[in-house]
Amino acid sequence: MAHLKTAVSKGDHTLGNPNAAKVLVEYGDYQCPHCGVAFPFINRLLDNYGDEILFVFRNFPLQESHPAAMMSALAAEAAGQQGKFWEMHDMIFEHQAKLSADTLLHFAEKLQLDMQQFSQDWRSQELMSKVEGDFEGGLRSGVNGTPTFFLNGERYEKYASTYESLELMMRD
Amino acid sequence: MILTPNTPAPDFDLYATPDQRLKLSDFKGKKVILSFYPADWSPVCSDQLALYNETLNMFRNAGAELLGISVDSKWSHLAFSQERKFHFPLLADFEPKGEVAKQYGIYNNDGGEAHRALFVIDEKGIIQWSYLSPDGINPGADGILDALDQLNNGKN
Repeated sequence: MAHLKTAVSKGDHTLGNPNAAKVLVEYGDYQCPHCGVAFPFINRLLDNYGDEILFVFRNFPLQESHPAAMMSALAAEAAGQQGKFWEMHDMIFEHQAKLSADTLLHFAEKLQLDMQQFSQDWRSQELMSKVEGDFEGGLRSGVNGTPTFFLNGERYEKYASTYESLELMMRD
Repeated sequence: MILTPNTPAPDFDLYATPDQRLKLSDFKGKKVILSFYPADWSPVCSDQLALYNETLNMFRNAGAELLGISVDSKWSHLAFSQERKFHFPLLADFEPKGEVAKQYGIYNNDGGEAHRALFVIDEKGIIQWSYLSPDGINPGADGILDALDQLNNGKN
């Protein structure tokens, strides 16, 4: 059984209840179709059990397979610098089929980000290092594809691309 | 039986491209990760190799080169590698079929393919870590990275 090697910390992007007994970490790739499938399931889980879960999203972009994965991850992180990580995260997954530098810039405008700041952050070494750090932590935790979920530090093996299989975690 | 740590890694001389052969002994002085897999194009192999394709920098930072190896021909490897944009060699254990896989103890006689197996070989050509994965499961990179860390820390 694979264990999460990087503990959830302040630097993570989280949704839900910080004191929840269940902490769900997803390693995801914005251009991975399976992550796109999982996206509404996570939202539904949070709608139904938001008080009982803390959800964490970490980046695992497979750049050679998904040419827009890294720039999307950086765009979400750059939006995060302006307090809009989840807004960008959602917008990217909602428009997963047409990700490009142009569309990401357009999303940033739609979110009314400070565009000069966004462009600077989007290319910053600091955010690149953060995304690469997510990736390396995932690899060392045994992430072998996306999405990979960890529930309270243990790899969650029951997820089978349906909401019901994800919701089973509430009964563990 | 899969070859275990402290065994000298059997040398091989296999096609890596239609006109280039590679020997394990070409890599003396470097660490080598040998990734045996059942077949080009099959879903799990592709995911596993796609993952390693993204981790080459980490492998190289640890002083290791990655070699993929299956019983597919050099022409299949060429097409597979170009289509998936792999940046590491795929070796054709094609004639005599599976000979290298047999020497490493991970040939699947029933399927006529290599099992999914990983070896980390040190600078002197000695196997330092090996792992036989269930054929249908992508073993990820954590075991390789841990083995390389151990080798590198042991030296310091």
